[in-house]
Amino acid sequence: MRRSAVPPVRPTPGSRNDDHRDIGHGREAPAIEVDGLVKTYGAVRAVDKVSLTVGEGEFFGILGPNGAGKTTLMELIEGLRQPDAGQVLLLGQRPWPRNPRLLPRIGVQLQASAFFDKLSAREQLETFGALYGVPAARAAELLEVVGLTDRADTRDDKLSGGQRQRLSIACALVHDPDVVFLDEPTGALDPQARRNLWDLLGEIQARGKTILYTTHHLDEAEALCDRVAIMDHGRVLAMGRPAELVRDLEAPTRVSLPATALDLDTARGLPGADGASADLGEVVVTTHRPAALLGALAERDRLDGLAVRTATLEDVFLQLTGREYRA
Amino acid sequence: MNAIITTPTQPSTSPATARPPSPSPGRQLATLALALLRSFVRDRVALLFTFVFPLMFLAVFGLLFRSGSDPTSIGVVGAGPVVDALPADVFTVRRFDSLDAAVAKVQSGDLPAVVAQRGDTVLLRYAASDQVASATIRGIIGAAIARANVDATGQQPRFSADFQQVEAADTRPIQYFTPGILSWAIATSAVFGAALTLVTWRRKQLLRRIRLSPAPAGTVVGARVGVSLVTALAQAALFVGVAVTPPFGLQLSHQWWLAIPLLLVGTLSCLSIGLLVGAIARTEEAAQAMANLVVLPMAFLSGTFFDISQMPPWLRTVSNALPLRHLTDGMLDVLVRGKGANALLLPTAVLLGFALALTFAATRLFRWDDV
Repeated sequence: MRRSAVPPVRPTPGSRNDDHRDIGHGREAPAIEVDGLVKTYGAVRAVDKVSLTVGEGEFFGILGPNGAGKTTLMELIEGLRQPDAGQVLLLGQRPWPRNPRLLPRIGVQLQASAFFDKLSAREQLETFGALYGVPAARAAELLEVVGLTDRADTRDDKLSGGQRQRLSIACALVHDPDVVFLDEPTGALDPQARRNLWDLLGEIQARGKTILYTTHHLDEAEALCDRVAIMDHGRVLAMGRPAELVRDLEAPTRVSLPATALDLDTARGLPGADGASADLGEVVVTTHRPAALLGALAERDRLDGLAVRTATLEDVFLQLTGREYRA
Repeated sequence: MNAIITTPTQPSTSPATARPPSPSPGRQLATLALALLRSFVRDRVALLFTFVFPLMFLAVFGLLFRSGSDPTSIGVVGAGPVVDALPADVFTVRRFDSLDAAVAKVQSGDLPAVVAQRGDTVLLRYAASDQVASATIRGIIGAAIARANVDATGQQPRFSADFQQVEAADTRPIQYFTPGILSWAIATSAVFGAALTLVTWRRKQLLRRIRLSPAPAGTVVGARVGVSLVTALAQAALFVGVAVTPPFGLQLSHQWWLAIPLLLVGTLSCLSIGLLVGAIARTEEAAQAMANLVVLPMAFLSGTFFDISQMPPWLRTVSNALPLRHLTDGMLDVLVRGKGANALLLPTAVLLGFALALTFAATRLFRWDDV
């Protein structure tokens, strides 16, 4: 489900069916253009012929299990590593070798908490700001943005995991960059802290930033991203809007009811029902026409205890790789 | 679309207007240096090692090598021209009634020697276990007997002695071990500071984060080096400040300030050692072990704690290759021996050369990342 806090309509130059090469001819140049990127470590192809395009203002997620090559791909785009083959254009420029003209326009949040030793939240922001020549007053502004104003004088090692992650994101935004890279921002957080961070990420996008982020939480990507690329073993297996990827699966909707409410034979005979099975005290009906099925159940007043499960990106992953998704 | 957050900063609809002003290198350097200084001042362990530890060494060495050693105790039995004329500034006399009782004290190690006069014979019974003390006592008693003999003849002595110390300066031990401990303290904090900063920043990905900012590497390195130099000066000021107080009584030469440039180049060369260690080591533990492995042997071979004139000549030749040796020698020359600026030339040249060579080696081995 897409949350309402994320603005539902925004220009997305690249959708699943667009050929990435077409975007260059559009009105606006894409923020990130990656073409045939390869990076090999020894015998391992960490990134294997990856091509993708991220439009300006787009929230783009790179998904996949640990070791899929997400971080390496991110590092290649940031210009931290030299590609073995292929090319990266970040805001129209090559990020490798280190491109100091490009660096003020990108903000990077890394997996580890890269903070200076024993400095308070405000001092961290001031120091990172100094690296970009940003006035010290900007620190207070960003503490407000990430909701850490009351923790301004707390040292980084005294912050909670979620607060540290927020500070880390604030440090990436201190110079008001156009493109923001977030590497597993919600990685080690508990569900509540993750949810809190989602709001922040949505707000950052609302400010017009292009966001490229990696995650191994597929549910999170489904909720946040305009488009995602699903990676495994260094390759992009699928790319597009999360809802489209799921829809293209044409997976049935599964409606489950307590076994006491409905017997199996009645269930099979319901309008729209493709089939039914009994499992652990529940009857599960699969359908490709959920409206008809739910309507029929409503008519029979059988909606108590009903649960509807639609396909998710995890099902997409399962279909693409033939194995269960494990982060 | 409404911006959910209200801040004065506009969403960057046009990148040109949203761009922050171009960084001024001076302010960048100052802010970074301030951040580093804050980290350092808030690190109690680092403060302890940098400032308190050297003072502890000063106190311990001050006790070990007390200047103007106490008069030696000596047992005396009987009376006569020799035993009555023992120099009071050398000997504290303890009188005994019988020689046997006094010898028992010598045998038990309570006294180094006992001297007794029986008529014209002077008996000396001494413990040979302390060779230096017994030789000194034998010499002094022998001289006292010779003088008594000359006096007994009633003649004017034909030979007279003219003894004079050749060093112009003070030769108390404090004058010699203070520059050594100071050099060691500065070397330790520079090597450890540089090595640990590099390894910690790499491990926390702070190096990578800094590399992804437009700040030039020179600014970051400059801030780190600047803070180390300030730290070294503060260390020296506190250490010398304590050493000149009455319990220690260090006497500085008139040109003591010549030690400042020497101290700065010495810090640079030790920072380069730390840089090399930090470039090689992957973890803090490894960096600490390696730094210790470098600093401790270097300190002993460079004569920071003990006089190296007794070392085999080849080892002294080896020590010439160590920056700490030149730092210590130079410090001694300008801080207490009162030598002029000329004495700085060789140590400064060696220390700078060393810093350049090692920094070059460190840049070859430098890694931004652990991977």
